[in-house]
Amino acid sequence: MARGAAAARRGAAQRRLNRAGAGPRCPPGPRAGPPPAARPPPGPARASISTATVETVERPTKGAYTLAGVGRAYQQKGRTVHALSKVDLEIRSGDMVAVQGPTGGGKSTLLQLLGALDRPSTGTIALGGELLSQLGDARLGAIRGREIGFVFQHFNLIPTLTALENVETALVPLGVSAEERRSRASEALESVGLGERGGHLPSELSGGQQQRVAIARAIVKRPAVLLADEPTGNLDEETRDEIMNLLEGLWRDQGLTLVIVTHDSAVARRAQRRLHIKQGSVREVA
Amino acid sequence: MFTTYLRRELVHRRKHSLIIAIGMALAIALVVVVNAVSAGVSAAQSTALASVYGVGTDITVTQAAEPGEGGGGPGGFSFGADEGTTAEDGTTTLEQTQLSTARGITSFDAADLDTVLAVDGVEDATATLSLESTSFSGEIPDFGQTPTEGSTGGMPAPPSGGADGAGGSSFGVDSFSVEGIDLGGAALGPLSSVELADGRTFESTDGGADVAVLDASYAESAELAVGDVIEVGGAELEIIGTVASTSADAATASDVYLPLDTAQTLADLDGQVTTVYVQATGSDAVDAVQADLEGALPEATVSTQSDLASSVSGSLGTASDLVASLGTWLSIIVLLAAFLIAILFTISGVTRRTREFGTLKAIGWSNRRIVGQVAGESVVQSLLGGAIGIAVGLVAVLVINLAAPSLSTTSTGGDAAAGGAPGGTAEGMAGGMGGGPGFGQQATTVAADVTLNAPVTVGILAIAVGLAVIGGVLAGAIGGWRAARLRPAEALRSVA
Ligand SMILES: Nc1ncnc2c1ncn2[C@@H]1O[C@H](COP(=O)(O)OP(=O)(O)OP(=O)(O)O)[C@@H](O)[C@H]1O
Ligand SMILES: [Mg+2]
Repeated sequence: MARGAAAARRGAAQRRLNRAGAGPRCPPGPRAGPPPAARPPPGPARASISTATVETVERPTKGAYTLAGVGRAYQQKGRTVHALSKVDLEIRSGDMVAVQGPTGGGKSTLLQLLGALDRPSTGTIALGGELLSQLGDARLGAIRGREIGFVFQHFNLIPTLTALENVETALVPLGVSAEERRSRASEALESVGLGERGGHLPSELSGGQQQRVAIARAIVKRPAVLLADEPTGNLDEETRDEIMNLLEGLWRDQGLTLVIVTHDSAVARRAQRRLHIKQGSVREVA
Repeated sequence: MFTTYLRRELVHRRKHSLIIAIGMALAIALVVVVNAVSAGVSAAQSTALASVYGVGTDITVTQAAEPGEGGGGPGGFSFGADEGTTAEDGTTTLEQTQLSTARGITSFDAADLDTVLAVDGVEDATATLSLESTSFSGEIPDFGQTPTEGSTGGMPAPPSGGADGAGGSSFGVDSFSVEGIDLGGAALGPLSSVELADGRTFESTDGGADVAVLDASYAESAELAVGDVIEVGGAELEIIGTVASTSADAATASDVYLPLDTAQTLADLDGQVTTVYVQATGSDAVDAVQADLEGALPEATVSTQSDLASSVSGSLGTASDLVASLGTWLSIIVLLAAFLIAILFTISGVTRRTREFGTLKAIGWSNRRIVGQVAGESVVQSLLGGAIGIAVGLVAVLVINLAAPSLSTTSTGGDAAAGGAPGGTAEGMAGGMGGGPGFGQQATTVAADVTLNAPVTVGILAIAVGLAVIGGVLAGAIGGWRAARLRPAEALRSVA
């Protein structure tokens, strides 16, 4: 799970960008747009990218999001609930973003939109230059399989599969050979410190261990983005720190974009950027 | 991953899988058994028919006795006061033998055979005379009443003993069927489906001679052998041979076979026959020949093999009906129930696993892959059930075949099937009054015992496997469709 391996897949141009933007404490240099607060909405997002090198225009930055006028409304018993409204947001590749806010504010809704699990009712979302809001189910599925890793509050492991097999499921859509699947999965388990537990069923693992397996499953495909919805919500404090250290380490080493929804300010403080969502509106916390 | 996941699901959700499999197994086992038994019964039916009517017979021509005319069938015995010998203590010893056509049918002019042969589409025909020999012997103590009342009344007379209240009286009723065979006749009729067991069969020089060929099983039960003498219609005939059915399980059509003219003489029915066996030029000609024969012989009953098959009764007929109606419906109902169980359980499984499928969709599994997984699971469960069902079904069929139930078959009634040989089985006779004088209105015209042998063919097994696959695919398609319809975002919110 070396960072080089991830980068190799993304191609030479990409590698350069990743290197440049990977360090969490050295925010993006040449390709970066204006700072988040000052960032102009939709169209300009594209324009700001085009100010970068020619290479980046040809190969839009992986793991970078541009949301413009995004709204998501649900019909609830004849009533329209605006879970999100008019969200303009730019997330750069390699950002670590914490999303906070009261319950029912729309955090999970935002994460599902970023995760290509759902399409907005209004507005556009682009990931790495691809307009998610316009793609069909099959294309969204393919993008999820390739680019996006998920970590859930309830771990969501397949209960009948062993830890190793659970990690392998993430490689199934990529069509890698069984052998490679196996070796990459055990490598990923190794990287989350569960090399020995590959043969165990989820029910035979502690909550923290289950979440590690889920993280291994999320990163085994070397995604551009890692989305975590309250990943420590079901864990005690000590385990919470363990998992956070793990996620932060992966983020730093692999240069992926990490978005974490959390109720926990201690977790949020570790992030580079913090968003606050309340009644469907997103606000950047300085 | 497909097989690993599938295996893990089957193993970890054993109860769920077992319910689907057991439902399917039950249905498949039933299909196998019903199919095998039904094939066995229909084979038994044609065996029975062949043993009675001979091979190659398409149509039989008979003539029903006119009701009230008393024609055909042994009339009640009547003993005048001067008959029998009365011993000094007053006991009367009675003995009487009758040789006549079986009740319900009557004889007709042998010239009708020529009429039959002249009909278009008739390939060949032969005539026989079916008779029933009944002898009564008894001793009746003198109770100062005429002994006839006890015996002419029909049913009530027991074969022996004093159940009639007449203590000390004893009766014996002996009955066997006799078939007069046209020696020059075609290779048709009752003797066409027999093989020689002992001695020799008829030759053309036997015409008019006092010789008889016996059914081997009748000969055994009557303790008679080649070279012995049998009394028929008051004459002593030499037994020249015994015959057995070519199908080992069935008895032959008649107990005793005589040359046709010998039988006619003994029964006082010169120039008379009871049955004409007809072979048509082809199976497509049968219906036309039947119609023409009915036109040419308005008095006669003309029956085709399929009429005869439907007239087969007795336990074989019952089995055939049971298998055809109850068995088929039961299999269909159980099969539908099994399919329903498979579908409902698959759907409930998918519902329970909503979040699991949502998660898989979230990590990029295509709908096709998830549908395939669900369908694969239910197909394997159903196939498992199919395999268990085939095994159970085979064991059940094996048990049936080991038990080899003997189905007695009788074609009864004075109409369609009245053409066969008269007489009950030897067994029937041993039973007592079955064929005795005055035995009610039922004319037993054909009887044979056939052992049921239920075959299991590759076809049945293929059908069983096919049904299991259909059930699995059906359940899998419906369950898979439910899984495919799940929106990943909502599936992930599900709190299952
Ligand atoms: N599928 C849906 N149908 C109807 N309403 C929905 C649906 N999903 C979300 N909502 C509504 O949208 C709003 C935002 O929900 P969301 O799950 O995004 O909140 P959240 O910030 O994640 O809350 P929590 O912290 O409790 O997880 C809520 O009012 C919720 O009831
Ligand atoms: Mg939430």
